[in-house]
Parts: sequence; C-alpha cells; structure tokens
Amino acid sequence: MAVRRAKIKSMGAAQDPALGTAMFAPAALYILLLIGVPFFLAMYYAFSDARIGNTELHFVGLENFRSILQSPSFRSAVKNSIVFTLASQIIVIICSTILSTALENKFRGRGAIRYLILLPWVAPIALGAIAWKWILDSIYSVITWVLVWLHVFKPYGAPMWLGEPHLAMASVILVHCWRLIPFSTVIMLAGQTAIPKEIPEAAAIDGAGFWRTLFQIKIPMMTSIISVAVLFGTIFTFTDMTVVYILTAGGPYDSTQTLPSLAFATGIQGSDLAAGAAISLFLVPVLVVIAYLMLRVAHRAEAT
Amino acid sequence: MAKKRLREFIASVLHWFVLVFFTVLLAFPFYWMLITAFKQNLDLYTVENNPFIFNAKPTLEHLRLLLYETRYVRWLGNTVFVGVLVVSITLLLAVPAAYALARLTGRWGQRLGIGIFLTYLVPPTLLFIPLSRVVSALGLQDTLWSLVLVYPSFTVPFSIWLLMGFFKAIPKELEDAAMVDGLTRFGAFVKMVIPISVSGILTVVIFTFTLVTQEFVYALTFISSESNQMVGVGIPIFLVRGDVYFWGSLMAACLITSLPIALLYNIFLDRFIAGFTVGAVK
Amino acid sequence: MPVVETRNLTKVFKEGQLGAINDVNLETREGEFLVFLGPSGSGKTTLLRMIAGLEEPTAGEILIGGRVVNDLSPRERRIAMVFQSYALYPHLTVYNNIAFPLKAQNVKKELHKEKVEWAASLLGIGALLQRKPRELSGGERQRVALARAIVREPSVFLLDEPLSNLDAKLRASAREELELFHRRVGTTTIYVTHDQVEAMAMGDRVVVLDQGVVRQIGKPREVYDEPADTFVATFLGSPPMNLVEMGDVIVGFRPEHFRVAETIGDSAKVTFDLHVENVEYLGAEYILSGSLAGRRVDGKKVIARLLLGQSFEIGTTHQFAVPEHHLKFFDRSTGKRIEPRALEWQ
Repeated sequence: MAVRRAKIKSMGAAQDPALGTAMFAPAALYILLLIGVPFFLAMYYAFSDARIGNTELHFVGLENFRSILQSPSFRSAVKNSIVFTLASQIIVIICSTILSTALENKFRGRGAIRYLILLPWVAPIALGAIAWKWILDSIYSVITWVLVWLHVFKPYGAPMWLGEPHLAMASVILVHCWRLIPFSTVIMLAGQTAIPKEIPEAAAIDGAGFWRTLFQIKIPMMTSIISVAVLFGTIFTFTDMTVVYILTAGGPYDSTQTLPSLAFATGIQGSDLAAGAAISLFLVPVLVVIAYLMLRVAHRAEAT
Repeated sequence: MAKKRLREFIASVLHWFVLVFFTVLLAFPFYWMLITAFKQNLDLYTVENNPFIFNAKPTLEHLRLLLYETRYVRWLGNTVFVGVLVVSITLLLAVPAAYALARLTGRWGQRLGIGIFLTYLVPPTLLFIPLSRVVSALGLQDTLWSLVLVYPSFTVPFSIWLLMGFFKAIPKELEDAAMVDGLTRFGAFVKMVIPISVSGILTVVIFTFTLVTQEFVYALTFISSESNQMVGVGIPIFLVRGDVYFWGSLMAACLITSLPIALLYNIFLDRFIAGFTVGAVK
Repeated sequence: MPVVETRNLTKVFKEGQLGAINDVNLETREGEFLVFLGPSGSGKTTLLRMIAGLEEPTAGEILIGGRVVNDLSPRERRIAMVFQSYALYPHLTVYNNIAFPLKAQNVKKELHKEKVEWAASLLGIGALLQRKPRELSGGERQRVALARAIVREPSVFLLDEPLSNLDAKLRASAREELELFHRRVGTTTIYVTHDQVEAMAMGDRVVVLDQGVVRQIGKPREVYDEPADTFVATFLGSPPMNLVEMGDVIVGFRPEHFRVAETIGDSAKVTFDLHVENVEYLGAEYILSGSLAGRRVDGKKVIARLLLGQSFEIGTTHQFAVPEHHLKFFDRSTGKRIEPRALEWQ
C-alpha cells in the first residue's frame, strides 16, 4: 500500500528529465552531427581552397568571397533568386486564396478535385520539372501547338520557351508556382476552416457582402496561416536548385541561374568546392530572417 | 426573386470556372505524361499532328523500353531499399525524441522543439557541399549508404515535429493509469502510447518515404553511376542518350512513379497539414 | 402589424425524414420579448436562423414588418443577431466591431463616431472601445455584441442562447442586464434558450417547441399553470410535474402542490399515501421522492417539494394530498390537456 502511494506521488512530478534526455539524445546527436557539423564545415570550406579530388586544404581568407562578389554570374544569380522567389510568392498567394475560397464549401466531386490539385506538390520535384520541360520543348511544345492552332503564331514562329532569357525566367517561375499552389492552398483551406462559422454569419447579418467579408474579416483572421504558407513557400523556392537544374541548367547564358544552382554548378560540376560553399552561404541571411519571422508568428499565435 | 436566382447563378458559374481553370493548370502535366507515354514516336515527333489525340495507334513500346532496356526497375529497387532503411532509422530516432519533448522535459522541451524546427530550415543546398566531402572521406561515395546516412537529417526533424503534436494530443491520464498499474514510465510509453499512436506513426512512415523519393540534391551529388541511382534522379538524368531525350519512356516513368505516391499522400493529408500549422492555427 | 411572422414554416434537412421545423405559425407583438424554449433538437435555433436568413425554409413564409422576406439575404432583412459565442471580430477593436455594421451598410463616415458612442454608452462600455475582444471578460463581450447589434437600430433582435457560454454566477447578472437593456430600448426581441428558468424570468411570451412543432404559445404564467400538453407540463418547472396514469387519463400535479394532507385544511383535495424513499435537503426546501400506495396508484413514483419545518424518515408512509383545483388532466393517448374529470382515486 505504501509502495503504491509512493508511486502515485512520484507520478505527480510529470517531468522526468533523466529519461527525457536519454530518449531525446540519439536524435539530438544525429542532428548535431549531420546538420550542425556540415554547417560549420561549409563556413570552413568557404575560407579555404577545397577542391573535389584534392584532399589538401589551405586557408585563403576572404579570397573566395572576393572573387564571387565580383563575378557577374554571381550577381545575376542573387538577382534571380530574389526575383523568382518574390514573383512566385505573390502569384501563389493570390492563386491559393482564390482556389481555397472556391474549395471551402462541400460540393460533389470535391474529393476528386482535391486529389488532382495536389499532384504537383506530391510528385517528386524533378519529375514535375521534366514534364514541364517536355511541355515547353522548343519544337514539340503542346503550348506552341495550341497557340499556332489559334493563329497567334505562324508555324515554327513561336518563341523558344526555355531558350529565350525572359521566357526562360518566366518558365522557371511558372513551374515553381505550379508546385507551390497546391501546398499553399491546402494550408489556406485549413486556415479558412479554422474560422468559426458564426463569424462570417455575423458579418452577413451586419450587412457585409462576399467581398467585404473576404477582405475585411476572413483574410485578416488568417494572417498567421498566410504567413506560414508564405514563409515555407519562400524557403522552398529560394533554396531549390532542382527546377532550374532540370529545366534550363541555369541557361540560357546564366539568365536563370540562382544561388543554389550556381553553388551546385560551381562546387560539384566545376569541382571548386570552396567557391561553391561560399556561394551557398549567401542563403543563410535570408534563412535567418525567415526563421525569425516564423518564430514571431508562432509566438503571436501562442499569445492569443 | 429573380435577382437572387441570377446572383446565385453567376456565383456558381464563377465558382466552377475557378475550379476548372486551376484543376486543368495543375493536373494537365500528368494528363500529358499519360498521353505521351502511349504515343508512338512518329506521332509524337510530328509537329503538325494534333497532340491531344492519338493520330497513330497507342503503343506500349515506351513502357517496354523503360522496363526492359533501362535501369528504371533497378532505380525503383534502390529507392525502396533506401526508403525502408531511412524510415526505420527515422522512427528509431524520432519517436522517442518526440515523446520526450512532448511529455518529459517541460520548459526545456519547448525550446528544444523550436530548435528542432529551426534545423528543418537548413536546406540541403547549403549542406550538400561539405557533406559530399564527408561522404567521400567515409568512402561512401557512389553508394546508397551515403543516402541512408544523410537522409534522416531532414526526415527526423520533420517527423519529431509531426509526432510531438500527435503525442501532446494523447491524454496524460492514460500513461498515469498504466503507471499506477505497475508499469515504469518507459514501459508505459512502449506498451500504451505506441500502440495508440499507430496512425500517427503510419503518417510519419508515409511522409518519410515520400520525402525520400522526392529528394534530388543529395542523390545527384553523392551518386554518380547509373545503376546506383535513385528513381527521382535517374529518370531526368539517365533517360537521355547524349542530347536525345526519350520522352515517351520518360513520361511513362514519371507517371508510374508519381501516382502511387500521390495516392498515399492524399490519404494522410489532414495530418500533414496539422504538422505544418500546429504553431499558427489556434 | 406584427414585427415578425411565420406562416406554415417548415424545414426538412433530409428527404423523407421528419422536419427540423414542421408547420410553425407564430407572430410577435411590437416590443415584446419572445422566447423560443425547447430541448436540444427541438428546432428552436433552426427557426431563429430561418428568420435571420441563415437557413432556407423548405416551405412556408417568413414576414418581417409585413413583407415576405424569404428571398432576402440577411443583410436586406434589417435584423440584428447575437450568437451563442458572440462572434466578435477578433482582429478588430471594440470600436471597430461596433462600427462594422455601419461600414457595411455604407453609413456616412462622419456619423460613425456618434452612433458607436451612443451604442457604447447605452451598454456602459465606453471605456472598452480601444480593447480587443480577447482582452474582455464574458460579460463585457456580451455587451459589445449587443452594442454591435443595436448600433443599426434594427426592427428586431435575435438572440441565440447568449447566456449559455457564461458560468453560472455570471449568468444571473448577465440575465438581469439583458432584461434592463430590453426595457430601456424596447426593440422586439426573439430569444432562444433551453433553460426554462430563463424563459420564465425574461419572456413576455414563451413559444414551447418540441421536435419542430409548437406545443404552446403563451405568457409564462399560462404555460406554467395551464400547460397545453404533457410535454409542456413536464418541461416547465423543476422538479417536473408529477404525472400519474389512471386508465385513459393522465393526472398531473406539481411537486409544490403535493403537501402533507393536514396542511391543506378543508378545501377540496385528493389524498394519497406517500411511501418516502429519498429525502434531499436543499437549504430553502426539501425534495421528497417516493411512491404512492393504494390500489389504483400503487408504486407510481412522485416528487414533493416542501418548505422548512418538516423532516421525514426514509421508509415511512404519510398521508399527502393535492388541492383539487391544482390537478391537471391529460388524455393518455395524445398527451393533450382535457377537462377535469371525476375519478376513482383509490
């Protein structure tokens, strides 16, 4: 009896730091080793002359940074990264707001449409990208065919979607948006369904029509959800190298090169690990800002 | 009376227009994969032909080529191999860690949870260069083991996060009752919490597996030979001979690989959303 | 002209199933506080929502101010509603919550301040105007919801169980505030509740609903003292009216009318022997429950409410009685109230 009572008493202290640490330690150790260590290694390499196939390593100070900051392809990669990310996010937010509003109420076939709409997000990135490469092919593009059929272009007169700099950039943005709209829509839908039913009803009784309710009541109530969608979307676009690599390989003439794809091209394809590491480090400031904003959103949600 | 009916009619037309527009935009590439996969080459590569219909009889040639004359099947095997191992490692690391954070560590637990979340924000495109050197130093260059080693670095944080929310939702009283009945806390965890959490664990399994199949950068960087490659990288890189893309087989491969993943994903979608929004939606 | 009227109003949610609301006819009187009372599932909220325009009727008509409004959207009906959760806009200040209906109805901007302050002073929340809803207590939120409702000076208020989210202590004072508010403003109000105490205390008239059908409409005194059927008889009053079956008739009497036989004196009464099975002492009164003894009524369970001064032993039997004029008679098969009958009691 006394043993039982003692056991019950110890249960009251719900924390068990010793066991907790033991259960958490393996994962923590693993993450430290495979994320923390490489992260610092990246910084270390950026200040060195590391190359593929060469086991030697010398400290070279800011040499890598100096040369990449002067390189025009680096500067255009920075510009492209920012432009692609901003443009995609804006388009994605607008589209997913529209789409999630359309999906809000039950209707026949909603499940099937949800499945179809999700496909771009669930398919492996590279496979979606290569499908678009085929759709945008310079000769056999189905888009070209339709436009020729509509007499917008003469046969063989359509532009090369991936071959001309501005069109190539637009294509990259298009594929990014195509991938992200499903993700964003689903998150916004969750935000919309989290709004208690009585609030839009109260707005209706107060005299608000559809648009006023949407812009003055619903969207403001969803700001933290929208922030989450935007922040994640920004990360996915800004740090992605796959779409560019597959669609255009950075071309034509580096016009679609982004920071991650340039890092890959320089570091792995060009064997200059040090320069590649230095380039990829320029992702960090943006990630830090995003991490800070995410924490702010979570904190504010915690407070309400 | 008429005004109301008209309003409703316009609203539903707009509604359907939006749905059709986006469904076509988003799903069209997959329809295109389907058509391309079964079209004969001479139909495919004739510019004047209407691409939306079969101008020649549909063919299984691309499929045959894909399955018998490329390494596609082997890539699928590689992917399953890596997937199973990574899922196991992830479960082994993430399930106890998530439980510890959800139950056992109090204020520190919250901070560590945030720390875990932050590691998820460190992208492969930052770590792939130093990791490539680590991998070759360990002699794992061009082997699937390099992926087995590295992949948990992004599956574990996400899984901990998903499971944390899941464990927090289980009432504490269940474990307390088990402990009154004589189990230790760890015993209560193994015998009570895990069986109840089967659906959460299943969700983690599915998502980890889909993350493995979607990954591109690490597989591209660490693995160079065709027969050791994963399906997400093999298809766009190796179904090409020189400058010639085998579009028919390529599209067939894309389709076959994407659809099952999509099916699995759809089933567990709601939980996935909860994982992403658990902080922001209260 | 009645402010709100329904004619043959019916709402069926699923084909073939019994309607949530079946053929309801009612009209409000100018300035009255009308209560829709019924258990959950009785359709009272559905009825309110149809009047508001949030649900479409399957059949029947709704009239507001003499005009058929079936095809009008909620905003066109010029009504105001207070929801169970108050539905305050969480991202807007109290001021902007109250001002929102004015904005939505395109009232001139210059008039906003004046009207908001008028509504706020009516409810005593002038000091709260810059706060956000999450900083307010339950009672304060109710007042903001009322201010938002009244700022448009609607012709009718609809209130959907606004007190049920408050804790018991707060409920009493919030109820009093609502009554004072209604007296001051005088707008016709329809109030939905499942709490019969609220209905009796607040209502000018009560509409008793069960399973989508109106059982009785009347003043509180009428529905309590002259119930139209057994449902109304047992729904109002706590503990509920005692019902005893005698042949093809059900006889009802309220616990407070069931007293020790001697205390009733010489007036006409019907006596029963009560075998006491349980005694609850509630401070202000005793609740006795037990069974009747006697050939015709043997074993029937009844409850008595007695004031201080008596104490009874469990297991004992005493002679109780009901004054004859307090007996209610109901038809056994329909449950409806019938004329008093002479019966053989033993």
